[in-house]
Amino acid sequence: MSDYQTHEHDVLVIGAGGAGLRAAIEAAKDGQSVGLVCKSLLGKAHTVMAEGGMAAAMANVDDRDGWETHFADTMRGGQYVNNWRMAELHAQEAPARVRELEAWGAVFDRTKDGRILQRNFGGHRYPRLAHVGDRTGLEMIRTLQDHGIPQGIDVYMEHTVVDLLKDGDRVSGAFGYDREKGRFRVFKAKAIVLATGGIGRAYKVTSNSWEYTGDGHALAYDAGAELTDMAYVQFHPTGMVWPPSVAGILVTEGVRGEGGILKNNEGRRFMFDDVPDLYKHQTASDPEEGWRYVTGDKSACRPPELLTRDHVARCIVREVKEGRGSPHGGVFLDIAWIREKLSDSEAHIKKKLPSMYHQFKELAGIDITKEPMEVGPTVHYVMGGIFVDGDSQMSTVPGLFAAGECAAGLHGANRLGGNSLSDLVVFGKRAGEYAAKYARENGDVRVDEAEVEAAAAAALAPFDRDGESPYAVQGDLKEMMQELVGIVRRQDELEQAVERLQELKVRAAKTKCDVNREYNPGWHTALDLKNLLVVSEAIARSAEVRKESRGGHFRDDYPAKDEKFGKVRHVITKGADGSMQLEERALPAIPEPLKKIIEENQKA
Amino acid sequence: MTTKATFRIWRGTKEGGEFQDFPTEVTEGMVVLDAVHKVQAEQAGDLACRWNCKAGKCGSCSAEVNGMPKLMCMTRLSDLDLSKPVTIEPVQTFPVIRDLVTDVSWNYEVKKRIKPFKPRKPDFEDGTWRMHQEDVDRVQEYRKCIECYLCQDVCHVLRDHKKHDEFIGPRFFTYVAALEMHPLDTEDRVEELREANGIGYCNITKCCTVVCPEHIKITDNAIIPLKERVVDRFFDPVKILFRKLFGK
Ligand code: SF4
Ligand code: SF4
Ligand code: FES
Repeated sequence: MSDYQTHEHDVLVIGAGGAGLRAAIEAAKDGQSVGLVCKSLLGKAHTVMAEGGMAAAMANVDDRDGWETHFADTMRGGQYVNNWRMAELHAQEAPARVRELEAWGAVFDRTKDGRILQRNFGGHRYPRLAHVGDRTGLEMIRTLQDHGIPQGIDVYMEHTVVDLLKDGDRVSGAFGYDREKGRFRVFKAKAIVLATGGIGRAYKVTSNSWEYTGDGHALAYDAGAELTDMAYVQFHPTGMVWPPSVAGILVTEGVRGEGGILKNNEGRRFMFDDVPDLYKHQTASDPEEGWRYVTGDKSACRPPELLTRDHVARCIVREVKEGRGSPHGGVFLDIAWIREKLSDSEAHIKKKLPSMYHQFKELAGIDITKEPMEVGPTVHYVMGGIFVDGDSQMSTVPGLFAAGECAAGLHGANRLGGNSLSDLVVFGKRAGEYAAKYARENGDVRVDEAEVEAAAAAALAPFDRDGESPYAVQGDLKEMMQELVGIVRRQDELEQAVERLQELKVRAAKTKCDVNREYNPGWHTALDLKNLLVVSEAIARSAEVRKESRGGHFRDDYPAKDEKFGKVRHVITKGADGSMQLEERALPAIPEPLKKIIEENQKA
Repeated sequence: MTTKATFRIWRGTKEGGEFQDFPTEVTEGMVVLDAVHKVQAEQAGDLACRWNCKAGKCGSCSAEVNGMPKLMCMTRLSDLDLSKPVTIEPVQTFPVIRDLVTDVSWNYEVKKRIKPFKPRKPDFEDGTWRMHQEDVDRVQEYRKCIECYLCQDVCHVLRDHKKHDEFIGPRFFTYVAALEMHPLDTEDRVEELREANGIGYCNITKCCTVVCPEHIKITDNAIIPLKERVVDRFFDPVKILFRKLFGK
């Protein structure tokens, strides 16, 4: 019998970024006992990295905005394979969630008449992003943390969950360990909300923190839940490319929203060369119009730098491939040029983009008010994830909910910038609310000892094995995913990736680490590998069967969109024999009234 | 372009420990955190350290590099003298857990004792308020804090005098200042500033301001205005003398 401590809660939330904190607050409001487990210290989750802002059609800056337009923008950005119900709820509820943050102490930037200021962002028709300089994510997480803690939520910091426990069909708890001492913990709970974020650590060049190892995806998958849309991985077009040790760190889209332009090594503003038909009528016809747009001229159209992320990322890849890249394999992003337009451009840039100014100054030794930055695509976000019901956020496993990046649906094939922070609070709240309701309406659960014992044995296994270091396997996995399942994909490479994954699984199952349970990153890495392998395989397999290009999924061998694939989604489940199963399902039809909204916005 | 450097990293637990040398190849553009990760991957798989964002935004990777409190992810090797070993040790103000990881839970407990935000009634029916940018600039400065606790690490009241029970430290003066100067807040925290928070212990050495990676003017913009509030409330007659003493 292994040694473990049990904690009991009505609702257990796993992950303490924006979605997890918001879910915990909502469940606690309902009077349920809430436990919140996070891998890091509280307040350090990846949400702090979000820079640009949170999208909400409050119409503070442009009164033509409304939820309908936000809905239509989200669907178009997602190439119409979004869960339409989530897109609808998100657009409708985001403004209330922003105002609620203000009521809880968040201090957003202001308009001249004292309201919450909203900024332009790629794919959003009107200025829509409530923001705080370029540290909106920090503001969100701190506000939720400082508001949430006094509500009586029990926080388990630096704890990792490695398995979900079940009582029949329903979830009954989670098994994990505290990182400090490596002691085992059982969290018994009537309902569980997964809010674990993304999968970026499966790739070599990523903007994501170490926590992003697809834990929620893999926990849900192992517990029998469905994953969907896993082919759609977002490469943010602008990550740092130099120096090598910071490659992948995000350069906010806000730089382009404030007038930053992309240029190749010939000095050409190449984004004007390829504007997709879907966006032609809404894109500036020349640089002058683009500048008028970013400075608030409502009659002007957006510059092509603000087209959707998938498109901008591929244009950058094209420039680099065809030999027009910057010295370190990216392209130039120039905000310094605005000195031609503004006499106080230096102060303006520092005021609007303070973290970017510091980031480049301190990490690359570059002064962005004077010189261009070098940027290139970086793995940023996964649109795919745990399949959930749009209203309740419950997965296909009773009592298991998911919110934020680890849940799928809202963003379809491509996420618009700014829709992530709003996603966290809109669906975090819903998940918390429905998890609390579920816990209230369903009886107690039983924890199965045998299941706990098996989980404990698996967690200790790396100490007794005699294979290679987990860092080596993780390194090879990242290289392989970057190379074969990256931004531009091909049939033979994807097939090769699936094969290579089988080898990596064998190697991972043999990894060993130093025998020490206290704060041992080697051990933690060995355990995380399992999750990374599940999400990597899910991505590779889903990408292989989607023989078309759409949003974040681009196939060199099928570069066009295919109507037929626009009607289906691919579902990943764990088979009875433990192998990964893939199934194609029809997408539900979009109801008429919503269809009309989409059509009207296409015309406008 | 690679060069050799030696990292002298403290390893141990609360029972004790020692510095260990790790000679490592380093390349252009690396930061201290990269070096630690490299040592972890190649020589000491169980070397414990905290990090998240690697971009100076989360405040997890605080440590003392060559004796200076720093974010490891924002300290470039090119700014250090690599001809000598680079020492990396955990922050000193908090008890060590293992290697570079310290127990910072005290900070979370302190925050719980501070009265939370309490806004005035909304200005409008729809639940919104109006605030002007000029009125929130200062509060936004405090709210840049990434809770790296480097300021707590250098403050002698905590570091040397161990007044953890009577003094909340510069981080939380910034926090109280953000609440007290929030245009919408209606709570009163002046009494607790003097009593439970021990603001009187701060003698304005400004060491906290110097190390703050977010460049928050902790002493000038947060602590001094708070001290003034305390003085105005409790020591009005001696206010003049107080100001003379501290040059304000
Ligand atoms: S100024 Fe005050 S709070 Fe800051 S380090 Fe000095 S004594 Fe501590
Ligand atoms: S005030 Fe500055 S030094 Fe102190 S915790 Fe915040 S960011 Fe760190
Ligand atoms: S890792 Fe986030 S501040 Fe250093």
